[in-house]
Amino acid sequence: MKKLERNQQHRIEVTLNGVRTGAYCEPRTLLSDFLRQQLGATGVHVGCEHGVCGACTVRIDGVAQRSCLSLAAAADGKAIDTVEGLAPPGGELSDLQQAFRRHHALQCGFCTPGILMSAAEFLQRVPHPDEAQVRDLLSGHLCRCTGYTNIVHAILDVARSRGGAGA
Amino acid sequence: MKPAAFDYIRADSAEEAVALLAEYGEDARILAGGQSLMAILNMRLAQPKVLIDIHRAPDLGGIQDHGGIRVRAAATQAQLQRHAGLETTAPLLAQALPHLGHFQTRNRGTVCGSVAHADPSAELPLCLATLDGEVVLRSQRGRRTVKARAFFTGMLQTARAAGELVEEVRFPQRRDGERHGFTEVSMRHGDFAIVALAAVVSADGICLGVGGVADRPTVAHWPRLEGTALDDALNQFAWELGAQDDTHATAVYRRHLVRMLGRELIGRLTVERNA
Repeated sequence: MKKLERNQQHRIEVTLNGVRTGAYCEPRTLLSDFLRQQLGATGVHVGCEHGVCGACTVRIDGVAQRSCLSLAAAADGKAIDTVEGLAPPGGELSDLQQAFRRHHALQCGFCTPGILMSAAEFLQRVPHPDEAQVRDLLSGHLCRCTGYTNIVHAILDVARSRGGAGA
Repeated sequence: MKPAAFDYIRADSAEEAVALLAEYGEDARILAGGQSLMAILNMRLAQPKVLIDIHRAPDLGGIQDHGGIRVRAAATQAQLQRHAGLETTAPLLAQALPHLGHFQTRNRGTVCGSVAHADPSAELPLCLATLDGEVVLRSQRGRRTVKARAFFTGMLQTARAAGELVEEVRFPQRRDGERHGFTEVSMRHGDFAIVALAAVVSADGICLGVGGVADRPTVAHWPRLEGTALDDALNQFAWELGAQDDTHATAVYRRHLVRMLGRELIGRLTVERNA
């Protein structure tokens, strides 16, 4: 059993994009705010804060989840992956990011980091997706710019180029 | 918005969790996946003084197949969706789970949490009531098992008493000769259902559960009905549910959906069963 008292700062440690790190926060601090404000991972975007828009989606121990519906305290000791970890700083974009760029799958970019993190896990779990499966995945994200079609094309393109051209 | 301040306590076992519930009583809330609770906390619709996080307790994880499908308190909806053989042992759950929120929320949200939350339009309470499943409640005094239909007592209301943890939910396995079906209408895929229907058709008759209309999932039992007899039964059931107008749909539309979707679903399952 571990108790963290309210209104006090507690040390929370995570492995962020492969690097062990940590910071102090209150028990009520959302993981989304902890990542942005304490750890500087501002690629985690905060939209609705009730799990609907998907912009804050990160991978916790590899699994795509809403960071706004998680507490930093509950993530203590876990591995968190954010959009910052998809490509090395200053290096080449990942194949998924390149496909988004090539297909014009983003415009304002607010929803994009969440979609990328969902798609990254999804493609590991479902390497041969069909369009319906990709659209089902995207139902957990709101994008007001693209109309989703180009996002679907980008994700299917990556699946094909990775050798998963099943459907 | 952000949650109001609370103490966070991580329970490492079911025993610890119920001891903490006994200590803090109504001031405490159980946090499992948090896919309903965290949204409520963020909106400050609830301001508990203590959160008891059970998601890492090893004895509260997992899904077992004996005496039905037993889903422990910390098991996620995604784990149930991927549970081996689910399409055969509980086809109703296999059909309903894709409608439940989204891939990203099923990854974290728990089955027991959805049942404990008891949203009248939620899919899992509807499936549990339709299949005549059970909820295992544990407190420091011991355990009791409550039938789903007695567990759901109103909108977001259940028979769970202060100090009790929803430790396990038990879905009966499909019996020979049963056909299961699920359908729903919502504004967008993954949204809460305006009307959700779950049906089991067997040699004995028809069992139809409706969610999203009354203040709790409601189940009707009929002998094998067809044609106008089925239409009459559906119409009467639709009226009995006491549908109300809200921002999502009118009562008239909800009754219409119960009649139309009910006819379609039961018709399909009857044809499949006879084939």
